[in-house]
Amino acid sequence: MVFLVLSLSLMTLDHRFGHLDRIREVLEVAVSPIQYVVNLPFAASDWASDSFAARTTLQEENERLHREQLLLRERLQRFEGVQQENARLRELLEASQRLEQRVMVAELLSVDLDPYKQEILLNKGSRDGVRVGQPMIDAEGVMGQVVRVNPLHATAILVSDPSHALPVQVIRNGLRTLAVGTGSPERLELRHIPNSADIRVGDIVTTSGLGGRFPPDYPVAEVTEVERLTGEPFARVEARPLARIDRSREVLLVWTGTMPEAEPAAEAGAAPAGEAP
Amino acid sequence: MSEFRERPWIIPLTFLAALMLTVVPMPDWAVPYRPEWVAMTVIYWAMALPGRIGIGIGWGMGLALDVLKGAVLGQHALGLAIAAYLAIKLHQRIRVYPLWQQAVSVGAMIALHLLLVLWIYGITGHKAASWAYWGPLATSMALWPWVFLLLRDLRRRCCLR
Repeated sequence: MVFLVLSLSLMTLDHRFGHLDRIREVLEVAVSPIQYVVNLPFAASDWASDSFAARTTLQEENERLHREQLLLRERLQRFEGVQQENARLRELLEASQRLEQRVMVAELLSVDLDPYKQEILLNKGSRDGVRVGQPMIDAEGVMGQVVRVNPLHATAILVSDPSHALPVQVIRNGLRTLAVGTGSPERLELRHIPNSADIRVGDIVTTSGLGGRFPPDYPVAEVTEVERLTGEPFARVEARPLARIDRSREVLLVWTGTMPEAEPAAEAGAAPAGEAP
Repeated sequence: MSEFRERPWIIPLTFLAALMLTVVPMPDWAVPYRPEWVAMTVIYWAMALPGRIGIGIGWGMGLALDVLKGAVLGQHALGLAIAAYLAIKLHQRIRVYPLWQQAVSVGAMIALHLLLVLWIYGITGHKAASWAYWGPLATSMALWPWVFLLLRDLRRRCCLR
């Protein structure tokens, strides 16, 4: 009986008021050895496949990466020019400057969490400067955001969780909408789009930055289905996340604006390049 | 002589193993069928040593499960406390059942646990409204005889009664 009351009050406190963050943090650290041990064999097999890879494979990979780097550098040169130009134009328009961003690579722990919540566990925690609300992306697009941190780990919610909504806009015409998770990693729902709106299959939606949490212009999803329902006020629009939500092993955590102990962003803005093209 | 010494540390060890099995990654198709390892272990020990393993320990394991899975604190704790209560209440009857009947009774306890957890999912807005939610129940019942024999063997080796 005591335990019944105890669990009920715990749940209320936790769910309604969020008073227990501190306690949860302590408990999370207490169970982290279990997560560490479970992750160990997977980390070990990763390490083994890295260190016992054949020489030719490594050479091939090296060559491929070199080529890729060259291409990216060439693109970066152009990007820097464009960025400078953009900054100048924004100054002319007296618009506010875009904030600089810093990223950190975090790895997923091979631990299965609750199958009915789309959450993942990362190997970076508040010790590394991760904080709640931080955006998480991968090489292709937005993945989600951090919802809990403890000193060792962070838990992040994915864009596909049913309780996650993300303000986005269509890149082609700036149409603003909300991308809401459906619980399936392959599907997002774009809400509140009028039947008459200009949206079609293949459109890319990016973050609009309106929520204040995600920086603008990160790609989110590609529209896969538009169904205009006569008789309903809104069309049913579905999209597929661009990020490889259920496959990425490494993710990027983004800091925007001023961070207390932010190191200067290595890439953007620091280089003195940038003649107008 | 060390043959007959009690080795009670085996109990936390089995709980630890159950917690680890609960978060071990599995292929996607198998995820809905992950057996309720922690519930099975709690029910076994509550049945075998009702004087030692009580509702409190069931509740504590549930709390560990909540933290581990990132669920609302108290969600699994509530379900497991009730499962442990039933196991203690009925231990004299269930212990003498043949294995398959035991599996059915344990299945009933786990079903109750899952039902409570499902309600709380519903209340907190994480619907899991598909029949796949009951997959763990079937696998837990199917695995119960083996879990039971394994844990009984461990208990006898460690001279706990």
